[in-house]
Amino acid sequence: MSAVRRSPVRGQAPVLIGVALLWLALVVLLPLGMVFAEAFRRGLDGFLQAFDEPDAWSAVRLTLLVAAISVPLNAVFGLAAAWCITRYEFRGKALLTTLIDLPFSVSPVISGLVWVLLFGTAGWFAPLLDALGVRVIFTVTGLVLATILVTLPFVARELIPLMQQQGADEELAAVTLGAGPWAIFSRVTLPNVRWALLYGVLLCNARAMGEFGAVSVVSGHIRGLTNTLPLHVEILYNEYDFVGAFATATVLAGLALVTLLIKSLLEWRFADELAATRRH
Amino acid sequence: MTAVPLTRRWRWKEPSVLPGFGLTFGFTVLYLSLIVLIPLAALIVRPWELGPAGVWEAATSPRALAALRLSFVAGGLAAVINAVMGLLLAWVLVRYDFPGKRIIDALVDLPFALPTAVAGIALTSIYAPNGPVGSVLTDWGVRVAYTPLGVLIALIFVGLPFVVRSVQPVLEDLDHEIEEAAETLGATPFQRARLVVLPAELPALISGAGLAFARAVGEYGSVIFIAGNMPLRSEIAPLLVVIQLEQFNYAGAAAIGLAMLALSFLILLVLNGLQAVIARRGRA
Repeated sequence: MSAVRRSPVRGQAPVLIGVALLWLALVVLLPLGMVFAEAFRRGLDGFLQAFDEPDAWSAVRLTLLVAAISVPLNAVFGLAAAWCITRYEFRGKALLTTLIDLPFSVSPVISGLVWVLLFGTAGWFAPLLDALGVRVIFTVTGLVLATILVTLPFVARELIPLMQQQGADEELAAVTLGAGPWAIFSRVTLPNVRWALLYGVLLCNARAMGEFGAVSVVSGHIRGLTNTLPLHVEILYNEYDFVGAFATATVLAGLALVTLLIKSLLEWRFADELAATRRH
Repeated sequence: MTAVPLTRRWRWKEPSVLPGFGLTFGFTVLYLSLIVLIPLAALIVRPWELGPAGVWEAATSPRALAALRLSFVAGGLAAVINAVMGLLLAWVLVRYDFPGKRIIDALVDLPFALPTAVAGIALTSIYAPNGPVGSVLTDWGVRVAYTPLGVLIALIFVGLPFVVRSVQPVLEDLDHEIEEAAETLGATPFQRARLVVLPAELPALISGAGLAFARAVGEYGSVIFIAGNMPLRSEIAPLLVVIQLEQFNYAGAAAIGLAMLALSFLILLVLNGLQAVIARRGRA
């Protein structure tokens, strides 16, 4: 940052700043403002009415449940993947790293579709599931699987560049001093990456709670049972309950704003402890 | 560190005194296989139940072609618009100081953080004929909501952060002295931007635009509300996948999904090649 010398605002600068800010306001701020404006269109009472519904609360609970299962799993995966990729030299490492990023280049709809292809009524594993009496599609299990697939890369891609940059010197020193595997992990590695881990978990969680496309494909939209908050918003909107849809949407918009706030705080406060090569 | 001397016996893995390789590598590969590889294998294999002719037919029916065209053309246009405006935003954020800059910088990431369904209904309200922007545009005879233009607007929203975030770090590292040298040699601001800044930025710009494009092609939540979803006109490819699936046409849905994936990879491959060529020319 300090290497950049900033020009004083002069010449064409005010015009450029003006155009850029106007664009950001039009593309980003306007939709955000619209969510709150529409939610309070019929005053506070209309807004609160949306939360009188038991379906809304079961959607909140389900969203929290799905995130509570998928985020920790992807965090553990991120730690394991980052450890084996940055601490050892082995063949196929580049391929492994590419595969971890793969879910980001796949449409969310496809991330849902693949589970239907495996576990749907005409899926590969349908006979097996029938024999066991288990259902995956149109159940919470399906929602969790789709969410895990969509959010898989978030933690790993924060940790890999950081741990690469930090190198293994401290862990090697710990080995020399006789530390066991758990001691190395909990007293050397974890403290070194904790803020990046939190950062990745934060982004992973935001996406897990807000995911729509993948979840929509596997959910079946069963009210009170397989409806997450984003799906609840869709149902209300399609039933022309616009105030209800936007009121529910303010919860998700609030989540997004809190996520951005914590993310920015982490970036300002712990810039050195987050990987320099962060992309988003 | 990565170089392997030729005389040594071939090894799959270099020895290390650090514990935990077997456990972490095994877990990583197992998890990745269960969550990503086996499911995606289903996507690649299942369409062929229709036979090669059937796959071709499913992916090139007039309706599928129209949907794929819309997703790719609107996605490409959105990526180009985001490349231009994203470069401008990054430039303003890196080069100038103004009040509230940190908040503005944080807001750039809002499209990443805001759930797509929320963005979708908000954009629809804004651009619907009775919305704040839509009503003005309707007076001018422009319809946005429920047309392909609406799809473009939604894709511009979701793609906005990609270019800014890939260009920003490069701009921060760009040496001011080269620009100052250009200035002392009499280059106009426009010449400096075109001959000094742009060539340095081009690889990052292309990769950012490529990411925005890949995201736009698969985007679903923010688009379906504003698109109106008329077959052959404003129906995007991901929606067609969902529609096929609702009719229990698994193989047909997978065929369109596979076509989307193949086309995206092809275009990203071309962009990567382009980037490599530019990088090589820059070094020469």
